[in-house]
Amino acid sequence: MGTLFFEFALTCYFAATIIGIIDLFRGQKEPSPIVVWITAAGFMLHLAAIIIRYAVAGQIPITSMHESASFFAWCTALIYLVLHFRYRIGILGSFIIPLIFLIMLASAMLPRVIKPLTPALQSSWLLFHTTFAFLGFAAFTVAFGVGVMYLIQEHHLKAKRLTGLFQRLPDIQVLDEISYRLITFGFPLLTLAIITGALWAQDAWGTYWRWDPKETWSLITWIIYAMVLHIRLVVGWRGRRAALLCIVGFLAVLFTFFGVNFLLKSVHSF
Amino acid sequence: MGILVVGLNHKTASVDIRERLAFNGPKLEEGLRGLHALPDVHEAALLSTCNRVEIYASVRAADSAADQIKEYLAAFHGAPRAEFEASLYCHVDADAIRHVFRVAASLDSMVVGEPQILGQLKDTFDYALTRKTTGIILNRLMKKAISTAKRVRNETHIAENAVSISFAAVELARKIFTELSTKAVMLLGAGEMAELAARHLVTNGVQNIRIANRTYERCCELAEEFCGMPVRFDDYLSQMVNVDILICSTGAPTYVLLKDQMQKIMRERRNRPVFIIDISVPRNIDPAINDLDNVYLYHVDDLQQVVDTNKQERQKEAAKAEEIIHEEVGKFERWLASLDSVPLIIALRDKATGIKQDELEKFVAKHPGLDQQTIAEIDYLLSAVVNKMLHYPTVALKETNGDRDAVLSVVKKIYGLNGDDDE
Repeated sequence: MGTLFFEFALTCYFAATIIGIIDLFRGQKEPSPIVVWITAAGFMLHLAAIIIRYAVAGQIPITSMHESASFFAWCTALIYLVLHFRYRIGILGSFIIPLIFLIMLASAMLPRVIKPLTPALQSSWLLFHTTFAFLGFAAFTVAFGVGVMYLIQEHHLKAKRLTGLFQRLPDIQVLDEISYRLITFGFPLLTLAIITGALWAQDAWGTYWRWDPKETWSLITWIIYAMVLHIRLVVGWRGRRAALLCIVGFLAVLFTFFGVNFLLKSVHSF
Repeated sequence: MGILVVGLNHKTASVDIRERLAFNGPKLEEGLRGLHALPDVHEAALLSTCNRVEIYASVRAADSAADQIKEYLAAFHGAPRAEFEASLYCHVDADAIRHVFRVAASLDSMVVGEPQILGQLKDTFDYALTRKTTGIILNRLMKKAISTAKRVRNETHIAENAVSISFAAVELARKIFTELSTKAVMLLGAGEMAELAARHLVTNGVQNIRIANRTYERCCELAEEFCGMPVRFDDYLSQMVNVDILICSTGAPTYVLLKDQMQKIMRERRNRPVFIIDISVPRNIDPAINDLDNVYLYHVDDLQQVVDTNKQERQKEAAKAEEIIHEEVGKFERWLASLDSVPLIIALRDKATGIKQDELEKFVAKHPGLDQQTIAEIDYLLSAVVNKMLHYPTVALKETNGDRDAVLSVVKKIYGLNGDDDE
């Protein structure tokens, strides 16, 4: 049953991705509002899938890569929806939903078996640590999409080509502001995720920090976003450079989440 | 009964002639009533703007009505007919409808797609409506002209994108800044185009405006005009730290703002974005400044190019608009044709006979025992009722006096014969 809802959600994200991408190339002034509604429907179905899995497994369903990626995608959809209704930028979906879909697709391709948690992981830390981490990652993912929008729009302005997509993208200042807000939202969450992770490690393994690849890469990601914020506040780096840093930061997020698990050996790989 | 447009516009007539034939102020009412009173004119509306003077009329006979209108124009304005006749165009029926729709959709405007004309056209018809010089034909023509114009606006990109340099500047400012009302503008030097751009920015919400000019009096004059703050010309560099939009139009023969100066300013501004519009020829701002992050420099040539591209886009969209108009003219013509009484009388009789026949058959089916004789008598009785009932509407429809159009439309409505497919 949970699987069924998961597939429905995946289908919704896929449909919204296709319509969103078509919107990018269509001459229409306003992108179709249907994109956000399909995503919202997918989001609700996705929530149902997560709840059902929780009920079936009897443990928080953020323990395997399949579950984590699914939760990651759900958090990203949540942030996208909040942003959409806050800023009313129709074209935003065309850039963000494909990311949600890809993360969801990754989740769909990973083994779905429910494995009981090792005793070391059975702790209420799990809920806080993972929720902070994935909400933070989701904020950075959306910031990446917005950063790409910024770079496209900035290129239009500098190159003085003011037709087509330029008309449908919003002003660069609002894009810069959104990406900054997302990072100021995501950064404290990542910080909390690292802190709760360290406390949990102390609890479970008796040491706060052991330079496990996941920990190292989380720290690298943390440093990149700390730089984004620091340079912005102190030197006033904004706009293009901030957007480029967001993209670098997102690559670090991807590696921290997917790369570490598949390429490196870590206590976080399942 | 036909539709006639007689008029002239910026393409066919010089300013002199347009001014000569314009109906300004009180002349409008007098002119409208005079036109409406012409023997072959049934309904009339009169549009008079600085770019066009047009008379819309539903007429009994197009040729004679056109002639009467021209004669009237000559007499009213005291201008010999020969003087302006070559500038006039006359459109009849389908061409007239198409013309009105094209005018409403702003395809016939000096700048294609500019929306003012639709408002002017609405005013024209409202004016005529309140003075009762229009009837069902022109009223419907207007209604359809408005809906066609809206369709064109919604289904094409004709009204999008600025087609003047100062509007293009505002449009760009909106793509750089979220909120113009909190942004500071500096007008460096003066000139018609620079002032126009500043004025557009002010109408779009900019409140904080500084004026720097080499001559102090001009500076104060402009400051007063824009409710702005005069600043000393020598101070403009230090002002730049707080200026988000710079409009530069000094007569300086060299650059007044260099890349390294701007770099320093950007550091002090903490990289808040700056939009610079250089309207001066030769350039006053070092073009290399555009390479700096968060600085967007547009020279007047760039803006001109933007405007040219936008105009080309509008031309492309105009072709789509013509198709929409073609479709709508077709619909209107069908409606107009349905106003003709003969087909309506036939339709009315067909409908009544159909109903009679249906009811008769139902009755016969319910009463199987009836013989042919009785059925024929019932048929005769029903036919008599139908004919009596149809007598007066038929007579009214055949009358050709002034109210005929209204009668036609009422008859169509109450007998459900409206051939109108979109209502």
